Formats: sequence, structure tokens, C-alpha cells
Amino acid sequence: MIEINSLYKSFDDKEVLKGINAVFENGKTNLIIGQSGSGKTVLMKCIVGLLLPTSGNILYDGRNYVVMGKKEKMQIRREMGMIFQSAALFDSMTVLENVMFPLDMFSNDTLSERIKRARFCLDRVNLIDAQKKYPGEISGGMQKRVAIARAIALNPQYLFCDEPNSGLDPKTSIVIDELIHDITEEFNMTTIINTHDMNSVMGIGDNIVYLCEGHKEWQGTKNDIMHSTNEKLNSFIFASDLFRKVKEANQ
Amino acid sequence: MIMLLTKPLSTFGKYLLLMGKTFGKPDRWRMFFKQYIKEMNQLGVDSIGIVLLISFFIGAVICIQIKLNIQSPWMPRFVTGYTTREIMLLEFSSSIMCLILAGKVGSNIASEIGTMRVTQQIDALDIMGVNSANFLIMPKIIGMMTMIPILVAFSIFAGFVGAYATSVIGHVITIEDLTLGLQHEFKEWYVWMGFIKSIFFAFIIASVSAFYGYSVEGGSVEVGKASTNSVVSSSVLILFADVFLTQLLS
Repeated sequence: MIEINSLYKSFDDKEVLKGINAVFENGKTNLIIGQSGSGKTVLMKCIVGLLLPTSGNILYDGRNYVVMGKKEKMQIRREMGMIFQSAALFDSMTVLENVMFPLDMFSNDTLSERIKRARFCLDRVNLIDAQKKYPGEISGGMQKRVAIARAIALNPQYLFCDEPNSGLDPKTSIVIDELIHDITEEFNMTTIINTHDMNSVMGIGDNIVYLCEGHKEWQGTKNDIMHSTNEKLNSFIFASDLFRKVKEANQ
Repeated sequence: MIMLLTKPLSTFGKYLLLMGKTFGKPDRWRMFFKQYIKEMNQLGVDSIGIVLLISFFIGAVICIQIKLNIQSPWMPRFVTGYTTREIMLLEFSSSIMCLILAGKVGSNIASEIGTMRVTQQIDALDIMGVNSANFLIMPKIIGMMTMIPILVAFSIFAGFVGAYATSVIGHVITIEDLTLGLQHEFKEWYVWMGFIKSIFFAFIIASVSAFYGYSVEGGSVEVGKASTNSVVSSSVLILFADVFLTQLLS
């Protein structure tokens, strides 16, 4: 479980995060949504430690990530897996080598055990046939799946996804969403997804945090959204005709 | 005046901080050696061709220039070979060759690390708990410092072969006169001096280029700028260092 208490982040004079409080439970797919510039990416970067918050606490199962020392932070980072918007695979390595990389760095297993684990992860995302290919030789959707396989290689407790559907067609997006959702339940991880894809919100949003201008404006599940009376949330979620009609049909 | 000093001092401070992060015990020695071998191949072995080519022609040109413009009946026969050897050993194969490598290797390092930065590959390493500076930069610096004396040796050899080519093919000088000059009052220390200087230059090339690549913020335009800045800065630093090292080692 990840808890965020009174999190503030400023860049020079500009306050981007204004006292965020949120709880992200394990075994659930937690979504952070909001318009561009609402502070989603900054919040995600603060949670994973790529940015230091101005004030506030981030608790990983009770361990305060903000105040802990360098070694403890490194230890927590080894319990994290992250899927980047651009997949961020290592260009010079094959698909199998990419998935093996965290194992090579931190596992004490033998080479054959590491290969076996990497193949298991690739098999889990249905990419075992692409193991000898380089990232440049596979599609964007496949790259995202390799990134998922790499992220789960070390059995992380926390999984972070920064706009995992960006640049993908709707069908592939659903495949990626379902994969992340299934893996979260299967490995009982705390998963946080940063997205503005409404299909993801309606499909896998076990716990949704809506950010607006640096504030947490709303929190609830995908079912709560349909009955929400929050105007800002409704104008964001039901901005498109399709979702407006879905809501009207539901009502 | 203060404003003029602020930016270079701030950049130098950031460079020192990065070097502090770079030099430390690797997370996994197995991975370090894997990267080290890869970098020696990429930065060193892949540069042998250009080093041999340039050194061969420079050796030949020095020999022709000295023979045509300096050599006279009043000078000993060994002057051409002797001068060619001294130029190759003392300056060309160490300093000038490193300036050329600053262009080839420096831009390679800056653009590779810069691209990794803008495509979030470095963020991915950091989030995994890997010391990205240590993992990416240290093998490049040590690999470059390991390979550079070998490249210098190749350069000296190719320069002499070039000089002999002017003798055999162009008949500019007799083989006997050239050999006499190349062997005249040979000081082994000059070879060591070239190796020592080149090791310092290798550190400058690899560390400065890695710094510019690692500090990139933005996109492809910034990667291009970082690549250019790395070549300019490492070249200027090599020239400064050359003055001090020559004074110190001579």
C-alpha cells in the first residue's frame, strides 16, 4: 500500500502539487487521471523518487520514502517496476536481454535460472517468440508488453505505469490494460497508472484519483464515476460525445 | 565579471558531482566487466581504422615536408627521419590524435547517453535502483583510458610506415637515411610521455562527453547541441592539459 500525505511540490514560484492526500491499495489498479498540466506526471515522479517533494510524506507500506537514506531508497527502488510512456527499453539489448537486465543486476540466481525467469515473464505477456529481436524491430504495443515483462521480472511489490496506452490503437490499449490489471491481481502488487485514457478509467479503474490544478479533486471507483455530481470531474470524463451518451444511457 | 564566472563554475560543480556519482563500487561487477569489454570494443577497437589511416598520411606528409623544406646539404642526413619521429612521438600520436578522437569518440558518447536520457532509459535505470552514472559512464571512462595507449602505439607505428612509404613509393628519401634518423638519439621516455599524456586526454574525452550527454534536457536538438559542446569542450581542455602535461613531463 502507498500512502501520500500532504504532498506539495513547487518549481521556483510555481506550485504544481498542492497538498495531495491519497491511498493506493495493493491488489488494486489505482489510476491517477486529470487534464494535461494538472500535475499527474509530477505526482508520479515524486512517488517513484525522480523528483523530491517540497513537503509531505510518501509511505511505502509504512516506510517514509521522503526522509529515508540513500541505501534504503535504493532498496525500495528494487521493489518497484515501472512502465514508461515511451517503454524506455534499452536499444542495444535484445528483448530477452532487456527483461533479464534487472535480474542480471540484482538477482543471485544462476544464468540458466535468470533466463528461465525472463522467458516466463515474456511468456506471461505473450512475447516469447520475439525474445531475440531488438526493440527497434517490434511494434509499439509489443514494446509496452516487453516493458511490462521487464517491470515484473524481479517480482516487484509496486508497479508504476506512466501513460501505458499512449500512442497505441484502442484494441492494443485494451490488451495492455487487461494485462496490467491481471498481473496486479495475480502478484498482489500496488499498481499506480497515470493516464488520461477514458477506456482505461472505465475498464480497470479500481481506485481513481482525479487531479485538477494540483489538487485532488475527487477519488472513487469506476462505478462511482457514473453517479458523480462533481462538475469538474464530469466535464473532464464526459467531454466526449461517446461517454456522455453512455452516461445518459446508464441513467 | 561575476556573471561571466557563474555559469562555468556551476557547470564545473555539476561535472564534479556527476564524477562523484560515477566513481564508486559497481552494483554488480559481472555487469561492469561486460560493459567495460563492450566499451573497449566500441570506443577503442572501432577507432583503430581511423587512427591508422590518419597517422599513416600525417607521417608521410611530415616526412615529405621536412625533406623538401628543412633538409639542406648543410644538415645531417638523419634530420628528416629524426624530426618525423619526434613530431609523431611528442605531439601527433598523443595530443593531435586525441583531438581527433575527441570528435569521433566524444560525439559518440554524448549522443548515446543523451539519447538514453531523452528516451527515459536513464530514468528506467534509476527507478530499478541502478546507479545510472556508475553503470553507464565508468566503463566508458576506464575503457577509453585502457585503449588509448594502444591507439597511440598504433598511431606511432602507422606514422613511421607512412614515412617509409614516401621513401619506398615516392623516393623522397632513402630508406637508410630515414632509418638512421628514426633511430638517432632515441629516448624511450618520449614514448612513455605520449602514453601518459594520452591517458589524461582519454579521461577528459570520456568524462566531459558523458557529462554533456547525461545532462541533456529536452529532445533531439538538445542531444545535437550536447554532442557539439562535448567535442568543443574536450578539445579545449585537451589543449590546456597538453600545455601543463608537456611542461610537467619534459
